[in-house]
Amino acid sequence: MRIYATLVYLFLYFPIALIVGFSFNAGKYAMDWQGFSLAWYSKAFSNPLILQALITSLIIAGMTALLSAIIGTMTALGLERVTGRTRTIFDALIYISIMVPGIVIGISTLIAFVTLFNMVNPLLLSLWNIKIEMGIWTVIAAHVLFNLAVVCLLVRARLTGMDRSLVEASEDLYATPMGTFRQVVLPLLMPSILAGFLLSFTFSFEDFIITFFVAGPNVTLPIYVFSSIRRGVTPEINAVGTVVLLSSLLLLVIAQVILQRSEKIAVAKS
Amino acid sequence: MNDAKHSRTLTALLLAPAGVFFVFLLVLPLLVMLVYSFGVRAPEGGYQAAFTFDNYLNLPARGKAFTNTLLLAPLATALTVLFAYPMAYFLAVKVSPRWRNAMLVLVVAPFWTSQLLRYYAWMMILGSKGIPSWLEWIGIADVRLLNTPYAVLIGAVYGFLPLMVPPIFVSLEKLDKRLLEASADLGSKPWQSFLQITLPLSLPGVATGSMLVFILLMGDYILPQFLGGGKVYFIGNALVDLFLQSRNWPFGAAVSIALVIIMFVTMYFYMRFVLGKTDQRRVAMV
Repeated sequence: MRIYATLVYLFLYFPIALIVGFSFNAGKYAMDWQGFSLAWYSKAFSNPLILQALITSLIIAGMTALLSAIIGTMTALGLERVTGRTRTIFDALIYISIMVPGIVIGISTLIAFVTLFNMVNPLLLSLWNIKIEMGIWTVIAAHVLFNLAVVCLLVRARLTGMDRSLVEASEDLYATPMGTFRQVVLPLLMPSILAGFLLSFTFSFEDFIITFFVAGPNVTLPIYVFSSIRRGVTPEINAVGTVVLLSSLLLLVIAQVILQRSEKIAVAKS
Repeated sequence: MNDAKHSRTLTALLLAPAGVFFVFLLVLPLLVMLVYSFGVRAPEGGYQAAFTFDNYLNLPARGKAFTNTLLLAPLATALTVLFAYPMAYFLAVKVSPRWRNAMLVLVVAPFWTSQLLRYYAWMMILGSKGIPSWLEWIGIADVRLLNTPYAVLIGAVYGFLPLMVPPIFVSLEKLDKRLLEASADLGSKPWQSFLQITLPLSLPGVATGSMLVFILLMGDYILPQFLGGGKVYFIGNALVDLFLQSRNWPFGAAVSIALVIIMFVTMYFYMRFVLGKTDQRRVAMV
């Protein structure tokens, strides 16, 4: 059993170690070790295309995470207050947006946007001489659709497990509804909102397929990585990949610590 | 009265943004796609309005993508369960609670790193300079791994193991250990207890994990693209080709609709039979 577990960890981390290892390769080609070098790191971080892609990815992921966390939480709170048909419809839409494959979301959003632009643009051009086209905002919109559903599910799980008596106690002590929300409900929901924020950020930052269809001429980091792998030139990508990898592992550890600490505080308080 | 009205306005305000997203980015786009799937390809590529079922009748032209996906996605899901189950069992039963969470995080962590780069690493490992050249060194020549179904299966197990372990782990961890003691007291051998208690009670976890992995595999593009290399392609690869290369949007729309329908039908039967059965079992246990 112990041997099996060790083998699984090796299986999981060997490819990652390979990427990290070859980012220090002096040579240019994959699987061809030429000695240790940091050259690709300095090359990668002085390459304007990579830096631009990184910034675009960070903007998209940051905006997606922020919007998804806010809208997802609002939806979870709203759904607590309704029953019947509205609730059924929303539940169905949430599951559909999670179940429909990313590639179909990408394609259908592309088709819908193109159709919309074809209808609206002649009018806009004749009126103000402007036109709308695919851009960062179309990517953010498509990413928020999926991620708001994820945040909503996380926050709802927390809401159902929440101790109602805390809310009642707060009301008994003459807190206004807004006060109860700010001082009781929101702090209790915060860990799952935060977890949802980090999840959305990662999903959006890593997403290739939806972005591939709706980004227009914009290049995000995964799109840049994809095209370099297709061309077979990757030493710079290994370096960027290693940096991104280490930062996401760091984020994961931070998220874990936050979640555990908040649980401990919750236990201590009760 | 005023209060109730106020409360309803608040509810509407809370739900409005999500409603806008669902209508404009999910429902309308899927409807537009449905309309497109009955159209014809414009001479310069794209869509031209029409009403024909030709695109659907033409689906067998991409039959290989459908059969590949429908064969390899369930097979890969099953293989992932096979490899993930012992790992989850080890973490939930054998590891001391002190280290349990840290070790689980180590299993999940790779999922949060670039999918593209991880599959790229496997392209190197399975490519001609990787395992085949090592095998040649010990005398087994001419092994080809990359761009075969095996490569896709290995990649799938690698890629989705981190998603499959946690749900199985959770269902094993909350299993009531007293049931196992009772079973041992009644003279069951350990493997009998495992087959009659542990396994059935952990099935909900297996079901959740499989569902997650199956959904992601059905719509996958990167995995078959990198490790199948155009030889073993999925519906996702056919879609990218139809939309971006041959620009036959109506046919692509029909393929997408077919994929969505297949997914919903499989999920329906899956939930109905697999989940239904595990629920009954749980009830029977109680």
